[in-house]
Amino acid sequence: MISLSHVSTTFAARGHEPLTAVDDVSLEVPRGSIQGIIGFSGAGKSTLLRNINLLERPTSGQVSVAGTELTGLDDAALRRARHQIGMIFQGFNLVNNLSVAQNVELSLKFAGVKDRRERLRRAAEALEIVDITDKASVYPAQLSGGQKQRVAIARALATKPEVLLCDEPTSALDPFTTATVLQYLADVNREFGITVVIVTHEMEVIKALADNVAVMEDGRVVEEFPASELRREGFNPRTSIGKYLLSDGIRLDRSGPAAHGSESGEQKSGQSTRRSPQHAESQDQGQTRRSEHAALAGSAGGVR
Amino acid sequence: MDLVIERLPEINQAMLETFAMIGVAIPVAVLLGTPLGIWLFVHAPDGLAPRPRSHAIVSGVVNMIRSFPFLILLIAIIPFTRFVVGTSVGTAAVIVPLTINAIPYFARLVEQNITQLGSGAVEASRAMGATRGQIIRNVLLVDAKPGLIGSITITTVSFISYSAMSGLVGGGGIGDLAIRYGYYRYETPTMIAAIVLMVLLVTLVQFAGTRLARASDRRVTA
Ligand SMILES: Nc1ncnc2c1ncn2[C@@H]1O[C@H](COP(=O)(O)OP(=O)(O)OP(=O)(O)O)[C@@H](O)[C@H]1O
Ligand SMILES: [Mg+2]
Repeated sequence: MISLSHVSTTFAARGHEPLTAVDDVSLEVPRGSIQGIIGFSGAGKSTLLRNINLLERPTSGQVSVAGTELTGLDDAALRRARHQIGMIFQGFNLVNNLSVAQNVELSLKFAGVKDRRERLRRAAEALEIVDITDKASVYPAQLSGGQKQRVAIARALATKPEVLLCDEPTSALDPFTTATVLQYLADVNREFGITVVIVTHEMEVIKALADNVAVMEDGRVVEEFPASELRREGFNPRTSIGKYLLSDGIRLDRSGPAAHGSESGEQKSGQSTRRSPQHAESQDQGQTRRSEHAALAGSAGGVR
Repeated sequence: MDLVIERLPEINQAMLETFAMIGVAIPVAVLLGTPLGIWLFVHAPDGLAPRPRSHAIVSGVVNMIRSFPFLILLIAIIPFTRFVVGTSVGTAAVIVPLTINAIPYFARLVEQNITQLGSGAVEASRAMGATRGQIIRNVLLVDAKPGLIGSITITTVSFISYSAMSGLVGGGGIGDLAIRYGYYRYETPTMIAAIVLMVLLVTLVQFAGTRLARASDRRVTA
């Protein structure tokens, strides 16, 4: 569905060394799959994602989506192609002075749906997918982060795209809300067969959602594996960065110097429904999953 | 008091002149300054479609007009004024420099308003396949609307005060009346009446502007 072939992106700012944010990346994302891209800050994940819809035009290499080589299109054709590629962002990027319905309507307007009634009908339909029809007439300022992201998902889905690009869609959200949003992404993938690419620095997100994982470091994809490997006992990522990501090291660093042990205790075996998702406890209460990760990652799990 | 009543026709006339000056200068400034401000935003070196060269030139001209002291601008463009309105004195003649000054003034405010918005929604729109025109109309101007209304208010207030300098070319207006009667003729009551009227006018404009801006702003919870 998505095919990146030797994609490189170099930023050349005057007075600075040219910076190669994406370095000769080739990646195939099968139709209907969920591709996770994980890596540390500055690894080039966002740039690579933006290469897919050419928000950032690669310096070299080819990008094809749904059989169309985007890198060979003129501006007008590229805009048409983008109607088939939805995108959501860490900061939601809604138009704050437009209502929820108007925000969703916008993508249809941009896609050339001329009839306003038709737009409103399809916007309502899209809002239904993320269960937020009751907020149609309110403004983004009156929404929680999770609700905003759901509206952004609705906006991206309204044009019925084949691909959904997600740049850290849950990084601004608490763990519970993260789970809710990921659940919607999973649903959308399953129900509509939309190919999803999700960029994140949280292994938790990858584990919950992805079919395949690409690990990025210094602009390169240094490792790829099916996400099912993450659940396989004794799985040992090839690269040190893969090991580190799997080891929960990030989460330990983010939870501060003091390891607070008592608050989470046992891992709850709640059902993974939309309202009470299982990984409601992750992030700060990472202890719940740590033992699991430790087992998977071998020795690396014993940090602190 | 009697004196003021005696001057009512002049005061009336002066108010009409002020309305004429502001009534032409501000709408024209908004009409031409808005696209100019958008142009400055879009073609800035880090804008949607960078054109560093022409941006530097246009920006330079804008700065030049803005930094000209109004009185000097007024005199400097007399030939142009005469060309446009056929005379270099009177209310019509002062409207020209006022407008010339107000256009870049407002354009900068527009540019600032849009620049402040942040790039998130623009980025999302680009990803949705929007054209530059669609982004400007449906996103930037929509989110900048409360700020733009505020900018119109500020411009109007500033130029009510600028218009007081129009006396130099016999432009009239309420500010000029205050100067002529109060400063040159020592008719303090008339001057006070004129100033009170100016203050009232400014207050009214500011009040209306603030109300309108707030009514159009959905970016914060009420
Ligand atoms: N428009 C740009 N101009 C110049 N340099 C850029 C630009 N965008 C990104 N970079 C640089 O490219 C590198 C990769 O950035 P990118 O945003 O892709 O990383 P990332 O993996 O998404 O990081 P994060 O997790 O922090 O979002 C960074 O060093 C960044 O500073
Ligand atoms: Mg990023």
